[in-house]
Amino acid sequence: MTALHDKRSIWLRLHIDLPLLIALLLMMAGSITIVYSASGQDSAMVIRHVTRMAGAIIGMFVLAQIPPATLKRLVIPMYCFGLLMLVGVLLFGVSSKGAQRWLDLGITRFQPSELMKLAVPMMVAWYIGRNQLPPRPLHLIIGFAVVMLPTLLIKEQPDLGTSILIASSGVFVLFLSGLSWRLIGFLSSVVALAAWPFWHYGMHDYQKQRVLTFLDPESDPLGSGYHIIQSKIAIGSGGIEGKGWLQGTQSQLEFLPERHTDFIFSVLSEEFGLFGVCVLLSLYLFIIGRGLYIAVNAQDAFGKLLAGSLTLTFFVYIFVNIGMVSGLLPVVGVPLPLISYGGTSMVTLMAAFGIIMSIATDKRMLLK
Amino acid sequence: MLKRRPTIRDHSAEANLFARRAFVGFIFILALVAILLSNLYKIQVDDHQDYQTRSNDNRIKVIPIAPNRGLIYDRNGVLLAENKPVYNLEVIPEEVDDLTASLKSVSEIIEITEQQQADFLDDIKHTRRFKSQVLKARLNENEVAMFSVNQHKFPGFSIEARLARYYPFGDTLTHALGYVARLNRKELNKLEQQDEATNYRATHDIGKLGIEKYYEPMLHGKVGSQRVEVNNRGRIIRTLSMVPPQPGDDLVLTLDIGLQQIAQHALKDMRGAIVVLDAKDGGVLALYSNPSYDPNLFVHGISSKDYKALLNPDRPLINRTTQGRYAPASTIKPHMAILALEENIVQEETTMWDPGFFQIPNVEHRWRDWRRWGHGHVDVYKAIEESCDTYFYDVAYRMGITKISNFMARFGFGELSGIDIHEETTAILPSKEWKEARFKENWWRGDTISVGIGQGYWTATPIQIANATNILVNRGINHPPHLVQVAKKEDQITQLNNEEKPPVVLNNEDNWRIAIDAMHNTVKKSTGTAHRAFKGATYDPAGKTGTAQVVSIAQGERYDADALKERQRDNAIYVGFAPFDSPQIVVSIVVENTGGGSSVGAPIARQLMDYYFAANPIQSTGDKAP
Repeated sequence: MTALHDKRSIWLRLHIDLPLLIALLLMMAGSITIVYSASGQDSAMVIRHVTRMAGAIIGMFVLAQIPPATLKRLVIPMYCFGLLMLVGVLLFGVSSKGAQRWLDLGITRFQPSELMKLAVPMMVAWYIGRNQLPPRPLHLIIGFAVVMLPTLLIKEQPDLGTSILIASSGVFVLFLSGLSWRLIGFLSSVVALAAWPFWHYGMHDYQKQRVLTFLDPESDPLGSGYHIIQSKIAIGSGGIEGKGWLQGTQSQLEFLPERHTDFIFSVLSEEFGLFGVCVLLSLYLFIIGRGLYIAVNAQDAFGKLLAGSLTLTFFVYIFVNIGMVSGLLPVVGVPLPLISYGGTSMVTLMAAFGIIMSIATDKRMLLK
Repeated sequence: MLKRRPTIRDHSAEANLFARRAFVGFIFILALVAILLSNLYKIQVDDHQDYQTRSNDNRIKVIPIAPNRGLIYDRNGVLLAENKPVYNLEVIPEEVDDLTASLKSVSEIIEITEQQQADFLDDIKHTRRFKSQVLKARLNENEVAMFSVNQHKFPGFSIEARLARYYPFGDTLTHALGYVARLNRKELNKLEQQDEATNYRATHDIGKLGIEKYYEPMLHGKVGSQRVEVNNRGRIIRTLSMVPPQPGDDLVLTLDIGLQQIAQHALKDMRGAIVVLDAKDGGVLALYSNPSYDPNLFVHGISSKDYKALLNPDRPLINRTTQGRYAPASTIKPHMAILALEENIVQEETTMWDPGFFQIPNVEHRWRDWRRWGHGHVDVYKAIEESCDTYFYDVAYRMGITKISNFMARFGFGELSGIDIHEETTAILPSKEWKEARFKENWWRGDTISVGIGQGYWTATPIQIANATNILVNRGINHPPHLVQVAKKEDQITQLNNEEKPPVVLNNEDNWRIAIDAMHNTVKKSTGTAHRAFKGATYDPAGKTGTAQVVSIAQGERYDADALKERQRDNAIYVGFAPFDSPQIVVSIVVENTGGGSSVGAPIARQLMDYYFAANPIQSTGDKAP
């Protein structure tokens, strides 16, 4: 009993939640395997990927050491700094692929929207968590404003994927804080009604095109429907058992677009089949379950709301990405979390898990 | 409880509320995962077959492989048509960054005309951008070398070797072999109708003329295919399986290239035609029409300048051996003699008096003999040996056109010889019916007179004249002329064209002997018209000269070669065979506008026969052996 307690205490002292860490490391091992295949066995790319992973793990470890109380003090400066940077991006940002998302800091390029993925749920969780739950209407309105301000700024870049992720992270805090079901019902109807004017005035042509193509991808097989069609062919031809690692013809012969980034799920489905998909989803569900468990057992409202929101947002990544590549949702640039190649999303996600671990181990430190 | 706001936070109520919300959230997530999974199940399990097929369609392409065209050899195995690698400068447009700039700098190394550049730019509009397109065909060695050292400067440009037809003997064989050239839309439509389009999917060229056209189905072969895996840009990654193409059959001709070259040299720059047949089987030993042209010009697309040059008044594009229509003139006198003997118009020993002209009783018009003072007493032998016109005016007049027409038709006049090239005309064997159909006029008795000496309305091609002579010297046995004797596919050898046509049977078989003896005398006797040309020959030839009038000479006028325009001078004609008692070869020669058959035609026959018998010594027969 004491031996077990002692053993756990090593991880506790390191502020690491072991089950979560193991699941994350398994995820990353899977990611390396699939990126190697999706990149066309490009070792240099895999080495870059692994390097970033290492950086992300270190980042997670560092954030896990910061107690939630310290985070609370950093919330307002982080949020305000983030907002300022978003405005800066719109004014002086660097363009890439038709969108202004980057701020050139001379030494490195910085993507403020990534910072906001953490700052927004932290800000809302802190603001709502200050008062008794469920929140009062005024707090809800202010909380909502806190969410929408950066969301709209990011949508202007334009980056629909990130703005959806940030909006949902904030909305999840409100939901978890006990937003009444009647209000949820009312707001859902308002959103549904607002969809019409949004379609006409709120969306860029390329976004509309994605939605239209999504509704009938075969209508434009060589144009914007090409991605979806090739992705579905990859997934479907994988069958139950898959074609085998490095044997996916859709990916190896480059019929599949964005293989190592947004469409990496199709590579996995093609090479490892429905079986591989189930393994991946199980691992994801374990991570989410663990995250929610941590949230429920968190010390205070801020911790609960933040850990809960970050965990639910993690699922938004999964749902939007898999829904997109399998033709359930329009093409929105959201990577498959922890699997897709690409440093930024990996670092942000691991930072979020660092915060979750900090929340998880905070209580236990007190108990000790 | 809600109304009374607690001043102290109720942590356990908050915890419960949060736990319920987290639980609802997790259930919601499970529901969404179920939706994702059911959709993936539909794609990966229910629709797996469909997507599997589409995945294969994406990556597997079937590429046709052109078969190698069959080769053509002469009777001694000399290669007459071969497939030679040619080097083309080709471009894959998608691999070139700036096409205009690259074209400009490439043309500084290799000369590429503006026309070629324009054609190329036009071509690439109609093809996929990863497909190789010819920029310049047939580079010479120097150009290949010049480009090769600079290749690194031009990504997307490469030199490709392809097989193209080549005719090493050039213009010597054009009218017999024909040529291949780029397959055009019309031919493609025809192939589609014949269900052959698939077989030509990888083929660039098709036979356009001569043997190349006639034997196209045998020469072409069967298309092969290659199943390859391609990437999204259509580039071949690897070959999955391959069905090799079946090369076309090789053809062995009856033609003797040596003899063909003699024929070409003999005609020099004279317009004319030479046909040499193997008397034993009708195989064509030589078939030459002058002037000729280089068939290789057509293989890679002839320039309009070169083509215009071929449209000159000498008409090199016409195959005179099978399309040239000439009055057969005196060369048909032996046939006419046989008919007269068969019809008992004359007997072997019958003589008549030739005053130098013929007149129909009570008609003033005189049909003159070529010898103005006549031949005196003439029998059938002398009539042939000295080519007496009056004798044949008389017998023709007495036999009438219908008998002549029917008899000559049995020797192949007025119909296609059946030689295995498509470029052939029937020429004209006149008859009452023909004249009525052609001119809506009755046949006059006078029309028959000049037919008796192979003139008037009568025209024949050199191949018909050769064939008719061949039937005569074989005493009625009819081996139709043909160019191809054997088709070879790997080890399998197929004999072609060895069928006989129904023979010409006479009531009195001895009449053959009379005509053949008379043709023998034409050469042997010092009074014979071909005597001089064959003096000292090591073999025993026979023949018949002919001189065909091209324009009619008015009554009372004399033919004066110097006074006539070149194109109006007589055609020289000669038919001959040897050895007379056991014929091995038959020649038929027409030389346009050069005058007499004995002075121009017979010497050419001598050259051909000398060459032939030097290469093929006479097979000794029983009576000649010591």
